[in-house]
Amino acid sequence: MTFSADVLSIDLAAEADRICAEIRRIVSHDLKRRGLVVALSGGIDSSCVAALAARALGPAHVHGLHMPERDSSEETIKLSKSVSDTFGFDSTVEELTPILEGLRCYQRRDEAIRMVFPDYGAGWKSKIVLPGVPESGEGYNVYYLVAQTPSGEMIKKRLPPKAYLQIVAATNFKQRTRKMLEYYHADRLHFATTGTPNRLEYDQGFFVKNGDGAADVKPIAHLYKTQVYAMARFLGVPAAICNRAPTTDTYSLAQGQDEFYFALPYDKMDLALWAKNHGVGAAEVAPVIGLSPAQVEWVYKDIDQKRSTTRYMHLPPVLCGDVAEIDI
Amino acid sequence: MGTVNQEQVRRDVTAFIVENFLFGNVADAPRPETSFMETGLVDSTGILELVAHLESAYGVSVADDELIPENLDSVGSIAAFVVRKKGG
Repeated sequence: MTFSADVLSIDLAAEADRICAEIRRIVSHDLKRRGLVVALSGGIDSSCVAALAARALGPAHVHGLHMPERDSSEETIKLSKSVSDTFGFDSTVEELTPILEGLRCYQRRDEAIRMVFPDYGAGWKSKIVLPGVPESGEGYNVYYLVAQTPSGEMIKKRLPPKAYLQIVAATNFKQRTRKMLEYYHADRLHFATTGTPNRLEYDQGFFVKNGDGAADVKPIAHLYKTQVYAMARFLGVPAAICNRAPTTDTYSLAQGQDEFYFALPYDKMDLALWAKNHGVGAAEVAPVIGLSPAQVEWVYKDIDQKRSTTRYMHLPPVLCGDVAEIDI
Repeated sequence: MGTVNQEQVRRDVTAFIVENFLFGNVADAPRPETSFMETGLVDSTGILELVAHLESAYGVSVADDELIPENLDSVGSIAAFVVRKKGG
């Protein structure tokens, strides 16, 4: 078979039916809960999971959560509410900002940013970015801090490890606080929680351990992001969400997922990951995704490196001795 | 710090790795030619930590375009890089 973008085409109706049957089995049999909580970000993944959950269990057995915070984009809640409205399940708005202020999330993050830009403060915005695929096909993927000054000037500097780790640690409060609230609602309703990673995110460790990475069921973790978009359209997710580019909605400057974590925009990253998983050579992939063979080799190495560095994210607590009676 | 030779840097970088990444386990110390990427011994955060160490220990400034495996993927390549930076 010749490698092309068509490799990601699937029978959406059949796959939706299969996932919904799995959700019913898992929730009733494995988890023994009465429904699912879905945290709605207004993005494609959580919207698709919500649509699948409502289709599988019925809207009475789904509860949505809208959890905006200070750095969320203004359209986030409008988009996320359009999902609960479309699929007819109840939802709750949880305003995160006061909780995050209590945790000193923003303060700790800004302290770390000032290690790099000492004047950073009110009126500034920031994000962290990766440089992307190097022209030469070699180089490390290290993070840069991009800041916008109050006068609108954009400045960029490589992040030293201490600042990088503290910025990430502070912003991880957001995902962990959201998950804490998801479990509150799941516990009060006797529901289970959902994780909404797509295959790219799951494979490459693009989640926060014990934050969005914590969940009782992850219904679309096996689907490439291209397939999630197709599935969302098939299930009737609002067009404004299906037509929106993926963002992290986590930093105060708008940030695409491909500049924060993935080496390529999702459609190309999907194809590179599929090709690597199926043993397709770099020379065959290169023209399809518009890179040189050396750059595709770099992406393949980056995939392996991310798998290696994020293995820790997938690990459950590791014991230092057997407890044979506990069989999971 | 004045001039340094490659052997000094190799010893220092190996000691830094053993102390910080291997909790003192000398048996797992990398050989000078061991590739960090291939063995997974030092990940991208580890590279940043190593660079921060080089900048503070040797008073060198590592430019963005110098952050490449050719300069940093083994103890030996780091030693050669640092000596080059110091004009040795």
